[in-house]
Amino acid sequence: MQSRVHELRSFVVKNFLFGEDQRLDNADSFLDNGIIDSTGILELVMYLQHTYEIEIYDEELIPDNLDSVNRLAAFVEHKLAMPAVSKVS
Amino acid sequence: MCGLAGILNFGGEPVDPEVLGDMVAMLRHRGPDERGLVIRNSVGFGHARLSIIDIAGGRQPMQSHNNELMITFNGEIFNYLELREDLARAGHRFRTRSDTEVILHLYQRYGEHCVDYLNGQWSFAIWDKRNRKLFASRDRLGVRPFFYACTRDALVFGSEIKAIFAHPGIVHDLDPHGLEQIFTFWATLPPSTPFRGVYELPPGHSLVLQGGQLTVRRYWRLQFEPASGVSSDPEHLVEELLELLTDATRIRLRADVPVGAYLSGGLDSTLTTSLIRRVHSGPLKTFSVGFEDRDYDESAFQREASTFLETEHDSVRCTYDDIADVFPRVIWHTEMPILRTAPAPLFLLSRLVREDGFKVVVTGEGSDELFGGYDIYKEAKIRRFWAKQPASTLRPRLLGRLYPYMQDIQKQSPAYLAAFFHVRPGDLEDPFFSHLPRWELTSRLKMFFSDEIKTELHGYDPLEELRAQLPPDFGRMDPFCQSQFLETAYLLPGYILSSQGDRMAMAHAVEGRYPFLDHRVVSFAATIPATLKMKALNEKHILKRAARGLVPDSIIARHKQPYRAPDGRSFFNGKHREYVQDTLSSSSVRDAGLFKPDAVNGLLSKFAAGHANGTKDNMALVGILSTALIMDQFILNFRRSPHLCSHEFTNCAAS
Repeated sequence: MQSRVHELRSFVVKNFLFGEDQRLDNADSFLDNGIIDSTGILELVMYLQHTYEIEIYDEELIPDNLDSVNRLAAFVEHKLAMPAVSKVS
Repeated sequence: MCGLAGILNFGGEPVDPEVLGDMVAMLRHRGPDERGLVIRNSVGFGHARLSIIDIAGGRQPMQSHNNELMITFNGEIFNYLELREDLARAGHRFRTRSDTEVILHLYQRYGEHCVDYLNGQWSFAIWDKRNRKLFASRDRLGVRPFFYACTRDALVFGSEIKAIFAHPGIVHDLDPHGLEQIFTFWATLPPSTPFRGVYELPPGHSLVLQGGQLTVRRYWRLQFEPASGVSSDPEHLVEELLELLTDATRIRLRADVPVGAYLSGGLDSTLTTSLIRRVHSGPLKTFSVGFEDRDYDESAFQREASTFLETEHDSVRCTYDDIADVFPRVIWHTEMPILRTAPAPLFLLSRLVREDGFKVVVTGEGSDELFGGYDIYKEAKIRRFWAKQPASTLRPRLLGRLYPYMQDIQKQSPAYLAAFFHVRPGDLEDPFFSHLPRWELTSRLKMFFSDEIKTELHGYDPLEELRAQLPPDFGRMDPFCQSQFLETAYLLPGYILSSQGDRMAMAHAVEGRYPFLDHRVVSFAATIPATLKMKALNEKHILKRAARGLVPDSIIARHKQPYRAPDGRSFFNGKHREYVQDTLSSSSVRDAGLFKPDAVNGLLSKFAAGHANGTKDNMALVGILSTALIMDQFILNFRRSPHLCSHEFTNCAAS
């Protein structure tokens, strides 16, 4: 889990904060802090699908799953733990 | 249409004709037909002329018959014929047929109140010798520019900042506060400019310098007062609106050269072109810009409008490479960092117009502001509607109707759409309600500001500065009108009419004329009830009714697409562009001291990898690149135009 948090944090810092990560707490809301705009969500989802080979359904596109580094990590862990049927074949 | 420049030395020493000539030389693109200088001891006016009215007699700077007054003037007074008649009846005798001379006589008669009589787009300066007074003015909506700066010994002014920078006493320095404003509002707040110590005369203001005192005064204020004693009968409003717009168009055809029209494929320019057809017989030439990228292209609607209105049509097809190629020259003309590349295609369009031999075009700007066409109005209306029942699951679904041309919005899940447009407690009472989402998104770009810039801006809040400028009753205005006011009083002059308007057209000596910005139309539109401007979520409802029969039905029915151009992608389209690499190299960014080199590098890498698609990344790239180009072209490596020889001045007088 720790390494997942680290991976996802690195992606967010590189892709949305352009390396300026000093103040980002892993529990910080991306929305409240203006870290991710409407396009950012799509970028994030594409990254998750590509990197972890998971499929993400429309109903999963909610802030509860995607709105902080910690939530992202938990969501990815949850998806990876699911039976293979929900993974991209 | 022209360029003006001037110097007033406080200590009485004579103006140096070479310095004033150098200032005029910087404006040659605005006025390639004639150049003039008139120096009266410590006051000197310069002028670069684009001859449109009274080609032979309208030479400038112009002096009154008794030499008591002199004027340098950029713009057009569209009601000059009527004013001239009134003045002649009152005993004024004219030597020319020009509108310039009409201003001189009006000033003689009414003094500073002369501007109240003008219907037009202007900036001018008058030297009143008897009263030892300089009087300068800018039109009500800010169509024409007027900048000024002071050295220890002089007031220096011009149509563009580059003319002011040609004066050796002016310091070239970027103002971080101007930068902060642009990276919030997409424009500076007048009188600020991106440069320290250089100011713009705000729209609707006059400037007086007399007895060592410089005063800037408002002579007109944009007032939105819906439904105050005005008919709310739509049929009556439509009739009156059409009558006004037709007359506004009619007087905008006054010129001693042929007048063409821009045709964007949207409602506004199709309507103004149609109105030209109503009042003017004979051939009409129209111009438009099309895009290689279909997401931006409106050629089909442009062709349809042209066929419907039987115009002779010409267009320029814009590619990604075109935008990147002309971008540095575009920035030389905007004189301001920009967050979108949208001015670039308009630069190409004015070049086409000029090549076709036209100096004047009628265009549709102002309509979206005044008649409620922008999506920001719709967005605010939906958010407000939803906020009244925050638990509603149906109301946020309306958000899906926003921005149909923006794929990243359309692909959002309902939960995220709701999250992006969510109304926070207290937001509804905020007079900036409609604009806060845009300003907050834009403000995210400041994460790229260097620590030095952030330190200098510490404690500065651009929203507070804006709040302090607003009319006292702003907080009590109807929310729709608040939103319209912010668009019309700030973004319109600060970006649409300048970076996309005057500066792009005048880069190739083309004058734009705007029937929707006739102050009679503006004042009338401001009284129309908001519900008739946007009926439910149908934008520009009343204008669409007025356009029936004058504009193809398909253009009235189409979803409004705001004018946009490809942004970041233009610079990363396979072709290696040395200037982008040079301007944004880590060492250049570090030396300029404005942005964080590592963060800029990260942004460039994201674009190079093809991963940057979002609004924020695109605005960041265009904003950072244009700011760096401003720094290079105006601060670090400012290039004066070649010195003009005396024989290049058609009008040169000194006393």
